[in-house]
Amino acid sequence: MSHISIHNLYVTYGNQKALQNITIEIPDSQITAIIGPSGCGKTTLLKSLNRLLELNDDVKVTGKVLIDGENIYNPKTDLLALRKKVGFLSQRPYPLPMSIYENIAFGPKIHRLTGEQIIKQIQGLSSSDVLKIDNIKNNDPMDMLVECYLSLAGLWDEVKDRLNEPASRLSIGQQQRLALARALAIEPEVILADEPTSALDPISAQLIEKQFKLLKKRYTIVVVTHILRQAKRIADYVIFLYMGELIEHGEAKNFFQDPKDQRTKAYISGEIS
Amino acid sequence: MKRRSEEIFFKSLMLISLFIVLSILIGIIAVVIARGISALNISMILETPKGGYYLGKEGGIANAIVGSIYLAFGASILSTLISLPVALALQKEYINRHFANFSRLMLDILWGTPSIVYGAFGFIVMVYFGLRASLLGGIIVLTLLMIPIMVRSMEEVIRMVPHELKEVSYALGTTKLETALAVVLKQSLSGIVTAILLAFGRGIGDAASILFTAGYTDYIPKSIFDPVASLPLAVFFQISSPIPEVQERAYASSFILLCIVIIVSLVSRFLVRHFSRHIVR
Repeated sequence: MSHISIHNLYVTYGNQKALQNITIEIPDSQITAIIGPSGCGKTTLLKSLNRLLELNDDVKVTGKVLIDGENIYNPKTDLLALRKKVGFLSQRPYPLPMSIYENIAFGPKIHRLTGEQIIKQIQGLSSSDVLKIDNIKNNDPMDMLVECYLSLAGLWDEVKDRLNEPASRLSIGQQQRLALARALAIEPEVILADEPTSALDPISAQLIEKQFKLLKKRYTIVVVTHILRQAKRIADYVIFLYMGELIEHGEAKNFFQDPKDQRTKAYISGEIS
Repeated sequence: MKRRSEEIFFKSLMLISLFIVLSILIGIIAVVIARGISALNISMILETPKGGYYLGKEGGIANAIVGSIYLAFGASILSTLISLPVALALQKEYINRHFANFSRLMLDILWGTPSIVYGAFGFIVMVYFGLRASLLGGIIVLTLLMIPIMVRSMEEVIRMVPHELKEVSYALGTTKLETALAVVLKQSLSGIVTAILLAFGRGIGDAASILFTAGYTDYIPKSIFDPVASLPLAVFFQISSPIPEVQERAYASSFILLCIVIIVSLVSRFLVRHFSRHIVR
């Protein structure tokens, strides 16, 4: 069963239609890229998957989004559990106003994980071969967790000697990897990323892309991007939106080599952007 | 050429205005020191008045110093406890925009209400309950006076917290309360302290609201039900005394009041700088 399937999703902001009749299945353990011109509803679609949309004023959502077979728009849905299951990476990294260490420990503490649960989580992580955990000598579970997820985000070596420094002192590229580690630390099944590299320099962007390719073994990743070349580099599956409508979707290879719709062709060839 | 001279003209205008503002402060301090220096000595700070606060030339104003500190700190603590939740509640996460705007308007009106009106209101309430002028009464009325100032200034800084920062916090599965306490308050800490200081300054300097509610006395209060002296009222009584030596003591009292405000400002700014190192800019 697919983690995420969307059925007849409509989103409006006041009188403005943002998404119309979106129905799609998002494949597991792959990187799905949502592409399309600015203002076509990419971010709206992404944020509909963890109900972050509701923080905006006057938003109306109809239709169904099933995650693990459960409609997340059902009023009985546990919003906090949903957001624990679906991690989120914003366009510009926003470190929480605390130290590097606390940024990672924040999520697990909020969800009141016990030492045992943390150790179990780390064991699960090490058996899934995304991260090699060989010589962790630390005894404190939270310290171990922080080290693991910072390593998983490719940041550990750069920050291990200054974990208690404010996270805001990191470079913006490091902050985005910190944000990734923070999102991973609550052990989500899905990672949503909203143009995660658009604020970064090319080298940091490359690091994030590299981590994504590694992480897809274990997590389902959905990335919004307006950079076509980035979608080509990292995506396994592509969703093309245009003016709030789902125009075309499919395996990345077919999508880029053999687009069906006229608008998709125009977008890929660069006639529209 | 015209635009260049315009630029120079307005720049000088700004600097002159700034200079005027600063010289007012310097002027106040200078006058207070010049007139009060002869009365300023260690017994002024450590002793209570001898021969009454109105006519006595001996002793000090320890009663008023201690009283003002009790009143202003007590009221600051109490109104911080009330104002913080109110400021958080005014955010769009909790109440709708129209009700929030209505509340802001009400608070602005309260902010503009003269403190003597607070004093009269407090007095009526105290008479109704059969209470006499006391430290408790003074603290409560000062708290009422401070709340609108605190709420409005806190709320301005809390509203400045970037939406995206709250969004990443919510995305981790936090409740509104957890985000408010762990993220929003931390991010806006320096502004919150500034708000408390602003209200503290207004509270410690206010005479009219505590005239009827806290009373005045030559002694240091032993319980919160005793009347209490305060620096602004000490200044007021001393300066209206017919005796020149007592009038000088009014300036010495003003100087002490100014010193307390300056010390509290400096200390809290230092603390804020220490605690706000995590803030995301």
